[in-house]
Amino acid sequence: MSLTLLNVIVAVVIAIAFAAANAAYLVWAERRGAARIQRRPGPNINGPFGLLQPPLDGIKLMAKQLLIPGGADKVLFIAAPVLAMFPAIMSFVTIPFSDSIVAKNMNVGILMIFAFASMGGMSLLFAGWSSRNKYAMMSSVRAVSQAVAYEIPMLITTITVVMIAGSMDLMEIVHQQSASILHWNIFPLLGNSHNILMPFSFLIFFTCTLAETNRAPFDLGEAESELVAGFHTEYGSMGFGLFFMGEYANIVIGSCMTVILFLGGWSCPFGLFPGVWWFLLKLYLLIATFIWIRWTFPRTTIYGLLNLSWKILIPLSLFNLLFTAGLIKVF
Amino acid sequence: MVAYFSEIYNGLISLFIGMGITFKEFFKPTVTVSYPYETLTMCERYRGHIELIENEDGNPNCIVCGLCQRACPSGCISLAGEKPEGEKKKVLTKYILDFTRCSLCGSCVESCNFNAIEYSKEYNLASTRKEDFIFDLLARLEDRNK
Repeated sequence: MSLTLLNVIVAVVIAIAFAAANAAYLVWAERRGAARIQRRPGPNINGPFGLLQPPLDGIKLMAKQLLIPGGADKVLFIAAPVLAMFPAIMSFVTIPFSDSIVAKNMNVGILMIFAFASMGGMSLLFAGWSSRNKYAMMSSVRAVSQAVAYEIPMLITTITVVMIAGSMDLMEIVHQQSASILHWNIFPLLGNSHNILMPFSFLIFFTCTLAETNRAPFDLGEAESELVAGFHTEYGSMGFGLFFMGEYANIVIGSCMTVILFLGGWSCPFGLFPGVWWFLLKLYLLIATFIWIRWTFPRTTIYGLLNLSWKILIPLSLFNLLFTAGLIKVF
Repeated sequence: MVAYFSEIYNGLISLFIGMGITFKEFFKPTVTVSYPYETLTMCERYRGHIELIENEDGNPNCIVCGLCQRACPSGCISLAGEKPEGEKKKVLTKYILDFTRCSLCGSCVESCNFNAIEYSKEYNLASTRKEDFIFDLLARLEDRNK
């Protein structure tokens, strides 16, 4: 009993360290990547290639005072940033990075991750509501309608994968894809699914991940041109820092899920050098795509965003679900 | 129905084209200059504040005719000279430019018949004190010659 408790504590500590390090250096990667795309140098003053920028930013944020605006709901105001970070950390506990590197594998891993992911929207709602600021309020209204709209196609697509795998266990899903690159769920021809629509499933899932993590072009929650800074308008100091870390931690979780569900987890493409690095390679390639997309496309409108979900993604993912069910019945 | 799917298809394709463009830009060299560490050479016709031109001996070309002083619409320029014993020409002893009032119209440079003043390439002119913008051009010339 005490041993399992210790395991969980160690796992959570590692998860927090992993999430924090990722958040810090993804900000760096994002700023450098954005700069490259816009043909600027980016942060390059502090340390080699500007690598000391994230810790210095962190120190600056921690040194600042956490100001609570007058008339704000204090409890919710303080709870919201914690709630932004906490589900992402908890999700790391059940994500399998390789055969042996997993803190606590569960047979309902997918369910747990989506349960925690749905709490992310709540933190935005709390932040916007408790700030007593009209911009924050508008932003949280948008964020919630967005979260509701995009969770549906995301879950339907996930159900498709779960039907193919016949399991909600993340380890089991990866094991079923591990035979060869053609068994990965994104490629339709071999494996349990002979579903030629799986690449589209992947695109739908990836789009929903972008929207669920409030990333550009779906970052309507923090549309600077209209809403100042959105739900974190009133946050300074580490309150803002936690929202920032939460956003990047959520990106990592979203990419981890995409890798596990569609890209075969840690399984290697041609039997080359099996190991955890394949997982990390796929993970960081996906995250690079996140950054690449953010600096390519302008922000959509709220109508465009909701239309995309309700008129395109949900019908297509529903059709895909029916199609997959039919294929499973036939083969 | 066809319109619905063709809209999705065209939208998707356009997204990939956009991503292709940013992908290419990613590998191109940067075009910006990190200013305090690198500076660009100013172009030929850049107009900074005026500066005295020296002759081969290192003295100013100016013969203190005062045309620039009269040409200046804002009264920025005040200069003085004296004729030393036994010399033919006047020698410049003071050339003060009040840059707070100068609008860089260039009338002074145009009016000069002796090739004595030119535009400098100086653009790093920021200060919190007004006095910093009253330039003693003679002193600047000596500084340059040091």
